[in-house]
Formats: sequence, structure tokens, C-alpha cells
Amino acid sequence: MIRLLLATLALTVATPVLADGTMPPAPYAYRQLDNPAQEAAAKELMETLRCLQCQGQSIADSDAPIAGDMRHQVRERIAAGEDPEAIRAWLIERYGDYVSYAPQVTAKTWPLFAAPLVFLLLAGLLVRRRLTGKDAA
Amino acid sequence: MSAPEQPRRSGGNWAVWLPALLFAGFLAVVAYNLSNPAERVVRSALIGKPLPEFALQAAVPGQPGLARADMADGKVRLLNIFASWCVPCAVEAPQLAQLKAAGVDVVGVAIRDRPDELQAFLARHGNPFTRIGADNVSKIQFSLGSSGVPESFVIDGKGVIRYQHIGEIRPEHVPLLLRQIEEAGQ
Repeated sequence: MIRLLLATLALTVATPVLADGTMPPAPYAYRQLDNPAQEAAAKELMETLRCLQCQGQSIADSDAPIAGDMRHQVRERIAAGEDPEAIRAWLIERYGDYVSYAPQVTAKTWPLFAAPLVFLLLAGLLVRRRLTGKDAA
Repeated sequence: MSAPEQPRRSGGNWAVWLPALLFAGFLAVVAYNLSNPAERVVRSALIGKPLPEFALQAAVPGQPGLARADMADGKVRLLNIFASWCVPCAVEAPQLAQLKAAGVDVVGVAIRDRPDELQAFLARHGNPFTRIGADNVSKIQFSLGSSGVPESFVIDGKGVIRYQHIGEIRPEHVPLLLRQIEEAGQ
């Protein structure tokens, strides 16, 4: 009985080792901007930025402290009047395209955008040949 | 539809297997990638570029903070991003001490850390740092393109980022880092 009590006490009283420290989150990690238009712009950007630690999530979705810090930075910069796309470009400059969920046309990704058009064109040509071929027959 | 039945073309039969083959190929790719999940570390894209401008307050009393101005003075440095709450950071402490003993100037950036907790960490695991800056909102971490703790950057004498080490420095990484530091000094 004593042992059980002690074990319960140890579990409840002992402070667990926190994985992310005891610092409170950054001011704008969980606080919206006062200006609704700016907050909307920040939210839109945050939803398309990847959390660097929990990489399947956007920083808007993630509770990781590093995502909170990134939200803080995004909100602070937007409050200072910076353009959302400039913030995205700043992050891509540091982390590469991987940090952004918004697809960009680059030297590496243009075939992804071009391929559907090429297929559509080919299909159109094929259909035209079939139709005109039938007419001729 | 009353379309006339098309005559069967000879030699066209193999094509019916094409979708099945494509699907089998797709399954093979899925199976391969499921059994070999890619290690996803986000590398900094700033290697070879100058260190961004920054100035950090001292993280612990009695030891100076860290600014870019402290770095580009002709001396190669190892910039270590760490935190007292980060378990792998304790693992790499002996290796940082080893690098310091080898004559490397190690400077630190403490992420989201409290001075008292940081001091306890340094007292327990040793303090290889000549300067420690406090980055409480990961601002400098983002501007360096770093995505976690611990990470270490080799900064050359001109203030250019030469090398990034992601994760804790294990004993087997020390020679590699020493080589990178030596190269950065040439």
C-alpha cells in the first residue's frame, strides 16, 4: 500500500522532462493579429508553409514549438507590412521549395505543368484524326 | 450504339496486358517506398552564402551574446544551435568539448531557453562555448535555414556558411567536422 502510494506520489509530483523546454510560446504563435485583413493574409500563408519538424503538416496545423515560432515570424512580418509572397520567397531561399506547399513553376517542375497540356493536345489530334479518317472512309 | 464491330487486328493482343503491367509496376514502387521510408531532413540552402545579419543577447549572465559582427574576423568558427531541453544536445557535449580541445572556437545559439535551465545544462555537460546568444523565437534559426536542434554550422573567416551538420555530433563525426573546419580556413 505504502509502495503504491509512493508510486502515485512520484508520478504526480515529479515534473516530467519536457521535450521542448519551459519557455512560453512566442507572442504571436497562438494570438491572431488585430487587423483582420492582415490576419487573413497571414493565415493564408501559414496554411501553405510546411512545418519543418512534423513535415506532413502546415505551420497553421502544427503544435510543434518551431511551428509556433514560424507563425510568430509570419504574423510579425505581415504586421510590419511585408508581402506574404516575399516571406515565402525568403523561406524558400533558406529551406528550398520543400518548405512551401504552394506549387511553383521552376526549371525542375515545369514538366508537371506542361504534361497535361501536351496530353490534351495529343488527345485532340488523335480525336481529330479519327473523326476526319471516318469521314474520308 | 450500333457501331459496326471492328475487325480484330492481329498482333494487338499484347496491349491488353499493358494496364496490368503498369499497375504491377506502380505496386512495386509503392512497396519499395513503404519499406524504405526516405529520411527527411531539410538542409539549409545557405551553404556557400554569407551568414545573415543578426545580433543576439547573452543567453547566460557572464558570457557574451552572439552577433554576426563577432564572426567575420578571419577566424573559422563552429556555430552550434542547441538547447538545454534538447536531449541529443547533451549527447554531443563530449564531442563539442573534443573540438574545443582541438582548438576550434565554438559559439552557441540557445533556442527557446531559460538562463537558469541553460546554466544548469552547461554546469552538467560542460561549456565549450566562447559566446552564447539567446534565440527565443527561433528567428536566427530560420534565417540560417536550420530546422531543428542540434545543428552545427562551419562559418569561415569571411562570415560565409561553409558546412551544415544536422543532428547531434557523434564521435565518428568529429574527424569530418575537423576536416571541414580546416578546409574553411584555407
